[in-house]
Amino acid sequence: MSSPRAEVGETWRGRALRLLLPGAVLALGILAWELVVRVNGIPPYVLPGPLLIAATLVADWPVLSASLVVTLITTLEALVLAVIGGIALAVLFNQSRLLEYSLYPYAVILQVTPIVAIAPLLLIYLPQPAAVLACAWIVAFFPVLANTTLGLRSVDHNLVDLFELYGASRWQVLRHLKLPAALPAMLGGIRIAGGLALIGAVVAEIAAGAAGAGSGLAFRIVEAGYRLNIPRLFAALVLLSVTGILLFFALSLVSHLALRRWHESAIARER
Amino acid sequence: MSEAPTTRPPERTVRAAPLVSLRRVNKTFANRVVALNGFDLDVFPGQFLSLIGPSGCGKSTVLRLIAGLMMPSSGAIIWPQGDDRPAGATREIGFVFQEPTLMPWATVFDNVHLPLRLAGISHAEAKPQVMETLDRVGLSDFAAAYPRELSGGMKMRVSIARALVTRPKLLLMDEPFAALDEITRFKLNDDLLALRESLGKTIVFVTHSVFESVYLSNRVVVMTPRPGRALTEVAIDPAPRDGRFRTSARYLELCRVTSDALARAMADDRAA
Repeated sequence: MSSPRAEVGETWRGRALRLLLPGAVLALGILAWELVVRVNGIPPYVLPGPLLIAATLVADWPVLSASLVVTLITTLEALVLAVIGGIALAVLFNQSRLLEYSLYPYAVILQVTPIVAIAPLLLIYLPQPAAVLACAWIVAFFPVLANTTLGLRSVDHNLVDLFELYGASRWQVLRHLKLPAALPAMLGGIRIAGGLALIGAVVAEIAAGAAGAGSGLAFRIVEAGYRLNIPRLFAALVLLSVTGILLFFALSLVSHLALRRWHESAIARER
Repeated sequence: MSEAPTTRPPERTVRAAPLVSLRRVNKTFANRVVALNGFDLDVFPGQFLSLIGPSGCGKSTVLRLIAGLMMPSSGAIIWPQGDDRPAGATREIGFVFQEPTLMPWATVFDNVHLPLRLAGISHAEAKPQVMETLDRVGLSDFAAAYPRELSGGMKMRVSIARALVTRPKLLLMDEPFAALDEITRFKLNDDLLALRESLGKTIVFVTHSVFESVYLSNRVVVMTPRPGRALTEVAIDPAPRDGRFRTSARYLELCRVTSDALARAMADDRAA
């Protein structure tokens, strides 16, 4: 019998195209941007060219990198807390219907109320770093909660019967059946939560911006806007985007590594 | 030459004590569907018993009641040889579902290990037993494979191995081969009979295939459509099951008798 494990991955050509095409689009876009700025003589306080932004990024690196670290730490803290909180709540809801009925609506309310509207309130009641963290957590935890809840429910009923037949305890059902079955949905939720944690942190920083003490990237953006230091504003924006992209890829990688042995989403289709 | 096959009313003569008896069992679901109405059945040790009937006649319900996954609305399920246990929480029953019902995140080994693991037997302790069971179903080379890497027939073998690994007294099988192609089904039929030879298991096998029931069992119980009752049964003689049995006159005759009984069960329902 031939190996059942032979998996035909993506071809080199396909992989190269997937990297080259977006790269080419980016290069073309940057080139066009630079040309438009130069040909029309647009002043940098209206629209800086990509070269100037790159130069600013290098020149302002000490300030910007310090801000990046602040925002990044807030984002990661919020993400970790969102993952812990979301999964813990989902497991609690799964174990107790009463608890789910009592609390789930409030989780939804927290989610649908725009964070921009809550942020100023939180800034009144909490010290600023805690308020920023709380904002980021509020937006990030819900997808983890919702997806994990869905995942815990999407268990093959026959497998539940099988566990019952062998007299499995609640804990055994959770540990050996429900949590593994929920893993793909859970990881999907975490991937969304990563991006949202960053957004939450940025929103809270902007809301806090006027209040002063912040020094995250979003704060730099607001500050640079006030000072008409548009190249620095763009440079900070670039850093934020890159952070978001890296976060997304890192979480996708985690998801892939966790699921690659068994889940359809992580396995290349054989052709 | 053996005697002509006959049908007769559900068996009541007392031989050995039955392994499990269902007495006047009724089952009505929450949506008021009456699945079983006055269902009687004795399963004797060592029997390969097939339950056959049109879909929706409550065949699967019978298995789930025996397994303790469901409680009867009225009537009794009696285990004369054992304590008066609620059948759940017992490792004396193996269950094979229509689907392989494997955990996709676990290897073949871990899937078969599951019933032992739930009983607190560690990976290392269970290893000889799991490997021996995998060997019985011809999958010892695939212990480290994941279910998605296996064919439909192989997945079903894993499912059977999982049911056998606790060495249960009673094996319940709910249309296990219904979703498989005919070639695979025939092969698994023969493998199941070979397993039974070596294990001496009591098997209750639900199927909607007359041919499969006659080939596998030594007793076929024909059920009426909803609400299900045991209408009649056919005793199948233990001729050797080899390639020629499927085309023998005896086999075809038994199939005809069983088909007639099934047709009567359907007609009975229409008349009622």
